Amino acid sequence: MFTIDPTRVDLALEFKRRPFGPHSPELQAVLNVLRGSRHCQDLLLICTRPHTEWQLAEKQPHGRPPRLIAGAVFASLEAAEWHAFRMRWEAVTGQAMPPLERE
Amino acid sequence: MSETARPTVSVPLPRVLGYADPLSVAPGEEIRFMVGTLDGPRRYRAEIVRVINGDTGPAGPGLKVVHLPTSLDGEHAGSPQAIDAGSYGIVAHPDAFGGLTRFTLQAFIQPTRVPIRPAPARQVVMGTCAEDRGGGFAMMLDETGALAFLLGATVISTRAPLTARRWYHVAASVDLIAGAVTLAQTPLVEHAPSLERPATVTAALHEAPAPAGELLFGAARRAIEDGGLRTRWHFNGKIDAPSLARRALTPAELSAAATAPSTLVTAEDAIGLWDFAADISADRVTDRSPNHLHGRTVNAPKRAVTGHNWDGTVMDWRRAPHQYGAIHFHDDDLYDAGWRPSLTTTIPSGARSGVYALRLQADGGPDFWVVFYVRPPRRGPRALIAFLASTATYLAYSNYRSRMRPGPAELFIGALPVVDPTDLLLMYHPELGGSTYDTHADGSGVCHVSRWRPIVNTRPTGWLWNLFLDFCLLDWLEAHGQPYDVITDDDLHAEGLPLLADYRVVLTGCHPEYHSREMLDALGAYLGRGGRLMYMGGNGFYWRVSYPASHPGMIELRRAEDGTRAWVESVGEYYHSSTGEYGGLWRRQGRAPNALAGVGFVAQGFDRSSYYRRTAASRDPRARFIFEGVEDEILGDFGLAGGGAAGLELDAFNPGLGSPPWALVVATSEEHSNAFQLVNEEMNVSFAGADGRFSPAVRADMVFYEHPGGGAVFSTGSIAYVGSLAHQGHANNIARLTLNVLRRFLDPAPFTAP
Repeated sequence: MFTIDPTRVDLALEFKRRPFGPHSPELQAVLNVLRGSRHCQDLLLICTRPHTEWQLAEKQPHGRPPRLIAGAVFASLEAAEWHAFRMRWEAVTGQAMPPLERE
Repeated sequence: MSETARPTVSVPLPRVLGYADPLSVAPGEEIRFMVGTLDGPRRYRAEIVRVINGDTGPAGPGLKVVHLPTSLDGEHAGSPQAIDAGSYGIVAHPDAFGGLTRFTLQAFIQPTRVPIRPAPARQVVMGTCAEDRGGGFAMMLDETGALAFLLGATVISTRAPLTARRWYHVAASVDLIAGAVTLAQTPLVEHAPSLERPATVTAALHEAPAPAGELLFGAARRAIEDGGLRTRWHFNGKIDAPSLARRALTPAELSAAATAPSTLVTAEDAIGLWDFAADISADRVTDRSPNHLHGRTVNAPKRAVTGHNWDGTVMDWRRAPHQYGAIHFHDDDLYDAGWRPSLTTTIPSGARSGVYALRLQADGGPDFWVVFYVRPPRRGPRALIAFLASTATYLAYSNYRSRMRPGPAELFIGALPVVDPTDLLLMYHPELGGSTYDTHADGSGVCHVSRWRPIVNTRPTGWLWNLFLDFCLLDWLEAHGQPYDVITDDDLHAEGLPLLADYRVVLTGCHPEYHSREMLDALGAYLGRGGRLMYMGGNGFYWRVSYPASHPGMIELRRAEDGTRAWVESVGEYYHSSTGEYGGLWRRQGRAPNALAGVGFVAQGFDRSSYYRRTAASRDPRARFIFEGVEDEILGDFGLAGGGAAGLELDAFNPGLGSPPWALVVATSEEHSNAFQLVNEEMNVSFAGADGRFSPAVRADMVFYEHPGGGAVFSTGSIAYVGSLAHQGHANNIARLTLNVLRRFLDPAPFTAP
């Protein structure tokens, strides 16, 4: 199975700059892992103020309401996507994401 | 933590909700609203508005509504109204089932949720037990999923849990004179191997005979509240050939019945021999016994489903109804919430045709929008333009839950799913039912959806999709001062061609996905007599639906055989119960969307939309009128729906599927993202490179063709298209070329095919 190379912070930077595709094939492979069933936390966003505020939450089984993730409130969809990306990257690779060049 | 993260916020939910009847109303006619509050009585504000544009926010024109003064304006006292979700059958002949001392209950059953998790619950196959009366009997599955018999306070169980999705013969033979009950559960022989053995239990039973009470299949009576029957202990799965005999059959007789074609109860022994294969298209439950203890179904359980004796030799229930003698019940089925009317008013005779809503608000929560449609006067002048609201599609999507449930949504969206507090109501109120994109709690697909319940996601806010996105089209018409009428799919199904006949141009919404045969026939006939159709979206004319005569306001859908499916229809259950029609894609039934619209569904993706590039065919003199004043090669590299006019769901030209060969593909989209994948009906064998980064087949084709009837068709081939109309104050190349098409289509001069 494909595994993420935690040194490829260039791919993280690509995602941060353009969270909504098109993506390079290498970044898409990373996203397939992060969003896939093996590691996915089944996240979703709840728009708490139209057009201005989104709360990250985790889907629950058996039809239960999503669980809000503490502190994960964002002013843009792009910021929310980046937060979810980094959270999953660190969970999957087991390593903190290093500072991104030109971040 | 991200630099923009803030502390967790509260999520206030709407505190009032409701639904309307009728869905489509003419000026001068009455409309009723059924309104309920949440979490106790509370006051709420109401007003009727005509909606021109949805709440697109600062990136677009924003919410535009026009208040319609009516008697409903102002504050009202509201109270909660209950919903008794869960389907069942009921035989309302209570005296027939009281005082029995010797009797036998039998049925073939296929449970689909054993045990119920996470909160185990009883599931009644059949019985008279009633919580409010404190008596009655029931043959049921206990909390572990084992067959059990309940009488009064006594429960006898086989203690052998059944297996989900296997067929069993189950029986309870009761002799209160002798003080004994025998329970028998026998797994039927199926192709899949099983180690299960029959289980028989005989136990002492010292209870008084049950009092009179109506017999229910698939549920138990809880109470009568607010004039309506309330139920509990719903059965999930199929029940076939239930019977009630007036004597206690012996274990040998029960064993024989388990392998017999029927339950071997003679007419003289029978109290009831219910035949669910009869009246499949209706809500009637037929008793074949001499007692004629007929009943009815409640909350539209699924019929025309394979029974215990289905052998795979027939797929159409009409050819062998005896193999379709089962009903599939679900604890979350819902047809009619049955709420009391709360507000009633008459639409003023001068009201404009349009999309309207009863806007409800309580306690500072989000507005709840009860959408309805004001059609033009039934007699009198009409506009030249009709907007055909995709009410069948809106209903198919109504109360869409799956984005909030675990699953691969993020992988096919290409981004995190986004919902809002009004959507979240569904997760706190499962009794509101689901959409045809959801599965029941037992995993089977939701094939019935009804408008007789609050619907949270047909509104001008939230997810920019379906009606919300269609408002971009209405706003554009308003901006250009083009008078229009609003008619609905429901009207079209009921009235056919006469509804369309007087219109010069019919515009669809952005996603007219679901159609009945009657609707397609009317559109085809309209074109045949010179009508002009502007198909303003993508993935249209895709699924077949029917409107069951027995259940007004409901559609039936069978996601059969092929297509991009939220779930897959059960084998042998591809034919609609309501009409006998073969369900599934119109493409698989000789009526691909291409034959009507010139294009058909090929790909979808939901992260970022793209643009169209003009083709050489756009210079054809036949297409000159489309591009007058449009010099750009790139069209629609802007928009509210993902930043481009070509996105979400895409259709392409394909003569092999019926696209008219003389049609002009005047523009084609390109540069779609990785999230855009070729749909499975376009790839017989799975292959790599089928996404928007690699496959030229992933595209939207903008198509124009002259119809032999003298009319014409213009198709955008993209759901996102209408989201580009408002860019730069409706002054952009998409808006211009669309207006060019509209103006030419309004011109009565006939089109001539080359």
